[in-house]
Amino acid sequence: MAHNAFITEETIEGADDGPLAGRTVAVKDNISTDGVRTTCGSAMLESYVPPYDATVVERLTDAGATIVGKANMDEFGMGGTTETSAYGPVENPVDTDRVPGGSSGGSAAAVAAGEADLALGSDTGGSVRNPAAFCGVVGIKPTYGLVSRYGLVAYANSLEQIGPIARTVEDAAALLDVIAGPDPRDATTRFDLDEDAAADSGSAVTHPATDADYAAAADGDVDGTTVGVVTDLLEGADDRVVDRFEAALDDLRSQGADTVEVSLDSLEHAVQAYYVIAMSEASSNLARFDGVRYGVSGGYEGNWNESFARAREAGFGEEVKRRILLGTYALSAGYHDKYYKKAQDARAWVKRDFDDAFERADVLATPTMPVLPPELGKSLDDPLQLYLMDANTVPVNLANLPAISVPAGEANGLPVGLQVIGPKFGEEAIIRAASAVDA
Amino acid sequence: MSETPVDAAEVEHVAELARVDLDDQEVDAFAAQFAEIIEYFDALDEVPEVDTDAELVNVMRADEVEESLDQSEALQNAEETEDGLFKGPRVS
Repeated sequence: MAHNAFITEETIEGADDGPLAGRTVAVKDNISTDGVRTTCGSAMLESYVPPYDATVVERLTDAGATIVGKANMDEFGMGGTTETSAYGPVENPVDTDRVPGGSSGGSAAAVAAGEADLALGSDTGGSVRNPAAFCGVVGIKPTYGLVSRYGLVAYANSLEQIGPIARTVEDAAALLDVIAGPDPRDATTRFDLDEDAAADSGSAVTHPATDADYAAAADGDVDGTTVGVVTDLLEGADDRVVDRFEAALDDLRSQGADTVEVSLDSLEHAVQAYYVIAMSEASSNLARFDGVRYGVSGGYEGNWNESFARAREAGFGEEVKRRILLGTYALSAGYHDKYYKKAQDARAWVKRDFDDAFERADVLATPTMPVLPPELGKSLDDPLQLYLMDANTVPVNLANLPAISVPAGEANGLPVGLQVIGPKFGEEAIIRAASAVDA
Repeated sequence: MSETPVDAAEVEHVAELARVDLDDQEVDAFAAQFAEIIEYFDALDEVPEVDTDAELVNVMRADEVEESLDQSEALQNAEETEDGLFKGPRVS
């Protein structure tokens, strides 16, 4: 199969009709599919077959989509290049010597190569937007609580959302229309109580997606929109990326948008805070892999702890071990206040800074990635350097906000992505602005 | 230099807490990387205390039995089972 975009190629037929009838979808391999192996890109789950579907998978098939396979990914979503997969790296279809980004690299590569019309990824710190930018396609990270995470194998559950990837903004928005909505099986989906409706009909639950039409928002109309340019995130970026970004802003201004500069002091600490929180949550979430209920068994020699430690040595790759250990360290006695608690303060600060910025602008814009896609095989030796590549995407997850990456041309033949960030549940605003870039 | 230096012994201690066996090569590589990464995390020290205004409410459902996985489905991915139960290693 081309580009190693899929770990498992298997067709799951959808309903005969619906808004996605006739469309093919690649599903990231950390999203559970009933009866179809779901590996999370890890040797730990090489033969794991979920006994149930994720809510988003039910929604896809109910909408008539055909799932064509389980997309390759960084192991448990931990990486930005799709090189930490136990099933081998994915090539970037635009330039096969380069990485597709990650961690949803298989999802983005499948869409870019035309092997699927649409894809689902998951975004914990940029894992939908990063590969969308590097592969020249569109990716949306929804507001936390817009889309159900039921059936998504957790990495850092306070940060992650499932999000759509497509070749156009309108297609990505149409896929968001299908997957968004409240889910009684995921209490972190947004539930708003409408007491009037409860009195009338007995149904009290509303949700930001109830009356939304995301696809219709892709109308390209940015006349009068104020776009805040986050200057802090331009300083460390590659000049070729900044040139394309500035050209896209010029184009938006020519369509009637206004731009203002905004600066968020807290962003200096966003990558640190993100990694402390994500690793801490990972160390707790991945404790479920004990080799007893599922996954690689540690055998029955010795006691429970010894068996557990053997299962995890055999099943986990290097980056996953690194993050579990660093998360364990950050939560351990004596260090909790110094790292985890401070990271939560930084997270609250980032949220407050974004709230202030949205007093001055309708949406914010940054380059999605500060660099062009790296060559395959060049990134994994220096983990800290790789973490710093996430500077522009992680603040959005810390603040639970929606963001979209849309292609903004090429530099040296390689795609550059522009990121539009919106206020909480402002999906329609970011889709509208991105559709003007897309045009 | 980090205020909290990380050496091989510290990595081995954390690996034990996390229940992940490591070989010697991994321990040495992680010790060097962790020193650098944790030094970077130390900059969080400059972050002021920030109040959070959580606007979250708990969402409860009625305490009634609902559909769930049956026993064979729940056990289908286990390495070993016995009498409809998971079989784990001995506890101590």
